[in-house]
Amino acid sequence: MSAPEDTPLLEIEHLSVTFGAAHAVRDVSLRLDPGGTVVVLGESGSGKSVTARSVLRLPGRRASVRGRIRLAGCDLFALDEKAMRQVRGRDIGFVPQDPNSSLDPLRRIGTQVEEVLQVHGAVADRRARRARVAELLALVGIPNPARTARSYPHELSGGMRQRVVIAMAVACAPRLIIADEPTTALDVTVQAQVLDLFTTLQRELGTALLLVTHDVGVAAELAADVVVMYAGRIVERGPAAAVLTAPAHPYTAGLLGARPRPGLRRGELAAIPGGPPPATEVVDAACAFAPRCGRAEPACSATAPELRDVGPGRAAACLLPIAPLQEVGA
Amino acid sequence: MSLLSVENISKRYANGVLAVDDVSLSVAPGEIVGIVGESGCGKSTTAKIILKRLEPDRGTVRFAGHDLADVRGRRLRSLRARFQLVPQSPQTALDPRMTVGAAIAFNLRVHGWSRAKIPDRVDEMLDQVGIAPRLRDRYPHELSGGQVQRVAIARALATGPDLLVCDEAVSALDKSVQAQVLNLLARLQRERGIAILFISHDLGVVEHLCDRVAVMYLGRVVEEGPAEEIWARPRHPYTQALLSAIPGESRSRIVLAGDPPDPADAPAGCAFHTRCPRAVEECARRRPDLLPLAAPHRDACALSTSAVPV
Repeated sequence: MSAPEDTPLLEIEHLSVTFGAAHAVRDVSLRLDPGGTVVVLGESGSGKSVTARSVLRLPGRRASVRGRIRLAGCDLFALDEKAMRQVRGRDIGFVPQDPNSSLDPLRRIGTQVEEVLQVHGAVADRRARRARVAELLALVGIPNPARTARSYPHELSGGMRQRVVIAMAVACAPRLIIADEPTTALDVTVQAQVLDLFTTLQRELGTALLLVTHDVGVAAELAADVVVMYAGRIVERGPAAAVLTAPAHPYTAGLLGARPRPGLRRGELAAIPGGPPPATEVVDAACAFAPRCGRAEPACSATAPELRDVGPGRAAACLLPIAPLQEVGA
Repeated sequence: MSLLSVENISKRYANGVLAVDDVSLSVAPGEIVGIVGESGCGKSTTAKIILKRLEPDRGTVRFAGHDLADVRGRRLRSLRARFQLVPQSPQTALDPRMTVGAAIAFNLRVHGWSRAKIPDRVDEMLDQVGIAPRLRDRYPHELSGGQVQRVAIARALATGPDLLVCDEAVSALDKSVQAQVLNLLARLQRERGIAILFISHDLGVVEHLCDRVAVMYLGRVVEEGPAEEIWARPRHPYTQALLSAIPGESRSRIVLAGDPPDPADAPAGCAFHTRCPRAVEECARRRPDLLPLAAPHRDACALSTSAVPV
C-alpha cells in the first residue's frame, strides 16, 4: 500500500455498528495522521472498543457494519478475508486489554513472537528470525530476552505478558498500533512503564497509535488528540491539553468533575446522575446525554446535535457547549 | 478506643506465599482508613482475616474489644452485624436470581430480624443509598452498575454496622458513577458516623476519601499516616513511586525497574530493595521497621529521615 504524502494513515468515515437492536457505534468519523496519536476516551458501553476493533474488521459476532475505513487510502471493507489477515499484524498491530487472550498458554513466548514474523514473511531466514525475536523482546524492555523467549506465558507477570503482546504488535513494523485499554489490567507502577513504552516505540518506529481508554489520566499522559465518546457517538474531539482542561461538552466536563482530586478531600464530587442509556434505547433524534445533563434544555431532547467547531482543532456535539476558558464543573 | 484493632497478623498460604507479614492497623469509630497497594501486596488477604473468613497464623484481630479468635456461633453472628463487607464487583455481589429487595431482606433474616420489620427496613436502606424504594422488586441486571453497587452498600448497611469493609468497592465502576458511590460513603461517615476500612489500588480515590492510609508492599505496611500527609509528602520510596505513576498527575515520574517480585520468593532485607532507586547495600540485609513508634506518620525505610534515632 502506498499513498500520497497528505493522505491520512487512517480514515474512518460514518462508521455505524449495530448488534441486532443495539446500536453500538453511531456515525463515527475520525482520522489519524502517520505517526500520530489519537486517544478514544469513553466509559463502558460508549462504543470506543467496537470502533477500534472495526478497524481490524473484528467488531464482534453478529455485528452489522456500515461506513468506510481506509488505511493509507486502501478501503479495508473492500478487502477479502485473506488480504485482511495480512493487514492485521503487518500493517496494524493490535494490543488488547487482556494479554492472555492473544497468547497461547501451551507455546513458548519466542515461538509465538516468531510466528508473527513468519506469517507475514517479514524475516525469511530462520536464524535471523530468532535474532529478531530477541531484539523485539529487548525493545519492549524485557530483561533477559533469551530466557524469556523460552518461557511459557504463565511464567511471566501480567506486565511482562503485556510487553510480549506489544512486541508481537510491533514485530512487522506496522504503521498503526491499535491498543484497547492496554494498561487497565496492570498495576499502576507497571502501567506507567507500558505507557512510556508506547511513547518510546512511536518515537523510534514512527508508528501511529489509536488507543482506547476509560482513564482521563491516560489520555492526558499521552497528550494526544482525544476523541470523547458517549452512547456510540463522538461528543467532543480536539487536542488533549485543551479538551481535558477546558471541555466544551457537558459530558466531558462531567467526567473531569467526577474525578477525585487533591484539595477536595471528602467533599461532594460532581457525580453525573444516573447512568448511560443502554445501546438499544438510544434514539437518533435527541442528544443521548440530555437526560443526565445539568445544562439540557427542551431542544436537546428534540435534536441530535452535530459535531461543530468550538475552537482551534476542536469540535463538540452539543447545542449549548460550554464557552471556552470556563472553569471545569462551573 | 479503637473500633477495629489488628495486631501483628501474619498469614502464609499453603503454596508458601507469605501474603501478610506482621501487619498492624487500627480504625477508630467514625474513621475512614485506607489500605492501598498493588496486586499481591496482601491487602485483600488482610481484609479476609479481618472479616474472619480466613484464620491468621499469628496475631490478633479485635473488634469493639472482642478478640475475633474467641468468638463463635451466635455471638459471632451478632458481632458480624456490626462489621459488614461491601464487595468488589457489583455483578457478582448480588445473586442474579434474587430481587434487590430480597437480597437486603435475606441479610436481615440471617441476623435475626423479625419478618414484620423487614419490608420497612429494606425501603429505608434503599432510600439511604439514593435508590427509589419502588425499585425493590427489580433484579440486579435491570439496574445500572452504580445502582447495583449502591444496593450492595444498602445490604451491608441494613444490619446497622459500625464498620464497613470495602474491598475495591468502586474499582469496577465507571468514573462518572464511581463519584456517586464515593459521595454516598462520605455521607454515611459524616451523617451516621460509620467507620470504613477502604481497600483500593487507586491512590486518588483513597486520598480523597480516607483520614489515614496504610501503604502495603509484598505483605507489609511500608508507610502509614494521614492521607493528606502521604499525598503531599510521601516518605517511603515505594509510596513516592506509586504516587508518581498516577497517569496525568504532574509529579515527576519515578519509573521503577521491573515488576513486583514473586510473593512466594520475596527478597531478603527490605522487600522493595530490588526495585528501589535509592537502595544501598544495607537494604538487602536488614528489614526496616515502621518508625518512629507511635508517631502519626511512620515509614519502613532505612534511608528515611524518620529512621534516624531521635
